[in-house]
Amino acid sequence: MKVLVPVKRVIDYNVKPRVKMDGTGVDLANVKMSMNPFDEIAVEEAIRLKEKGTVTEIVAVSIGVQKCQETLRTALAMGADRAILVLTEDEVEPLAVAKILKGVVDEEQPGLVILGKQAIDDDSNQTGQMLAALTGRPQGTFASKVEVSGDMVTVTREVDGGLETVSLKTPAIVTTDLRLNEPRYASLPNIMKAKSKPLANKTPADYGVDTAPRLKTLKVEEPAKRQAGVKVADVDELVGKLKVLGVVE
Amino acid sequence: MKTLVWVEHDNASVKDATLATVSAAAKLGEVHLLVAGSGCAAVADEAAKIAGVGKVHLADDAAFANALAENVAPLVVDLMGHHDAFVAPATSNGKNIAPRVAALLDVPQVSEILSVESADTFTRPIYAGNAIATVQAPAGKLVLTVRGTAFPKADKTGGSGTVEPVSGSDAGLSSFVGAEISKSERPELTSAKIIVSGGRALGSGEKFHELIDPLADKLGAGVGASRAAVDAGYAPNDYQVGQTGKIVAPEVYVAVGISGAIQHLAGMKDSKVIIAINKDEDAPIFQVADVGLVGDLFKVVPELTGKL
Ligand SMILES: Cc1cc2nc3c(=O)[nH]c(=O)nc-3n(C[C@H](O)[C@H](O)[C@H](O)COP(=O)(O)OP(=O)(O)OC[C@H]3O[C@@H](n4cnc5c(N)ncnc54)[C@H](O)[C@@H]3O)c2cc1C
Ligand SMILES: Nc1ncnc2c1ncn2[C@@H]1O[C@H](COP(=O)(O)O)[C@@H](O)[C@H]1O
Repeated sequence: MKVLVPVKRVIDYNVKPRVKMDGTGVDLANVKMSMNPFDEIAVEEAIRLKEKGTVTEIVAVSIGVQKCQETLRTALAMGADRAILVLTEDEVEPLAVAKILKGVVDEEQPGLVILGKQAIDDDSNQTGQMLAALTGRPQGTFASKVEVSGDMVTVTREVDGGLETVSLKTPAIVTTDLRLNEPRYASLPNIMKAKSKPLANKTPADYGVDTAPRLKTLKVEEPAKRQAGVKVADVDELVGKLKVLGVVE
Repeated sequence: MKTLVWVEHDNASVKDATLATVSAAAKLGEVHLLVAGSGCAAVADEAAKIAGVGKVHLADDAAFANALAENVAPLVVDLMGHHDAFVAPATSNGKNIAPRVAALLDVPQVSEILSVESADTFTRPIYAGNAIATVQAPAGKLVLTVRGTAFPKADKTGGSGTVEPVSGSDAGLSSFVGAEISKSERPELTSAKIIVSGGRALGSGEKFHELIDPLADKLGAGVGASRAAVDAGYAPNDYQVGQTGKIVAPEVYVAVGISGAIQHLAGMKDSKVIIAINKDEDAPIFQVADVGLVGDLFKVVPELTGKL
């Protein structure tokens, strides 16, 4: 079975985002960028399925600027077999990403698409579900365990009340949650090897998709700041504060 | 504008997340509800009493028992023939279903709205809440999810909606196998007035229970955790507070042995009062805490519990 793994290039999760003075967005100039952490988990899961013999080929795909190549090379260094870069300067919204991915799915016919549950920049949590809708496939979102057997995939999901398990007919769409696995680091030899793995260049037009944003961002602002409060010296003083606040009598 | 609100429930009663969603939808126009489930007629009756509710569409069928998105989304799309907006709480069900609906309708979704600025304009958090975007949706059907902590809860009584049955079917793509739902006597995290959360510093599941639980009991609090504590197995996944966990805004949030990473702050910094206990006086959590105590939690927490 072939697996498709969409990977997004986003601000590194360790960087504190700064809102631009002119209110148009977040300043990404000279900011460290990385693979979306949930997508690393997706790549890792695909590799583990390949190591188990369930999966034969892993295709990574990224939609965005030329630099997304680096993100794809990271996926290749981790263990993906080949990559597709869909080049665009637009900030592509989840629905358009899903439409492009549908185009890739139609071409590649993967048995499984594993996406991150959420991109940590737009925090949309939409693309996987949208791709599932557009392709008419079942969705196992927020996965903490994925088991493939025959043409069924069993997905354990992290839900509000705890865990839930669903069984899906393949081809299926899965989105990853944090507890699915711990992604590996690419070794130096694998980073070298990744440089010669195939990377195809495409554009949204190749899939007949218009990436012009449909939502209009009117402004981007900093949230209200919290003031740091006081430090208390000991537990008695803390209990005193709790009394003042009416938390305890 | 006619809105259709997804009712969050467990086939027995309406969940609180629904109430904030109704308040958000009411800002757009007429509020209709969708109760999709199995053996859930009582839920529809309860939902019809929520203040301001008009019609309640009741889809009572085994296919909807577990809110499988593959089955629910086409049902919603049918109903969207005569509604202008689909509004769901940003719960795990809402997040699972709404984007599937949006794609079927070929419209973008606005996730986790914090406010309704006008009929097509909303604010929402991006970058783990480090920025707030004001976004305008295009003309056409709206699909929104609502952050529960950002809107007041609609009254559970006072409404006089009418219940109308609707039908749908099993898409045959997926099936429900089972669930392990955490059972707890404590208040649910998203509606608790007080929350005590533990972090990596607790060091083990045993210590987590030994120290956090009695303090929470004394305060009548719900219990949360940082990602690190959940990853390490000290607490179940549904305890996680943060950017990618639960968003909470209680009256009082007590962070014990939690450093205050931006991903954690994203889930709790709208709490009214934040109390932090941490042995590192430079821990970032102190930058948002109203009351901070620098100390060893293994000493401080039992003492605090004892003195309450
Ligand atoms: C994609 C992504 C999503 C994430 N989502 C979330 C999320 O939703 N929620 C979340 O919480 N995190 C999330 N994280 C993780 C986040 O970045 C931090 O790693 C995590 O919050 C750290 O947890 P912690 O504060 O418990 O642990 P640490 O950062 O290790 O902090 C432990 C703290 O305990 C203190 N301490 C140690 N010993 C004692 C003692 N004896 N007494 C008192 N204090 C002590 C230390 O000084 C330290 O400040 C996410 C990360 C990524 C990459
Ligand atoms: N531009 C993109 N390129 C590749 N994958 C993407 C892109 N945008 C979103 N995705 C995938 O969709 C997931 C969810 O993103 P989102 O819906 O934006 O929160 C991500 O974790 C990725 O797997």
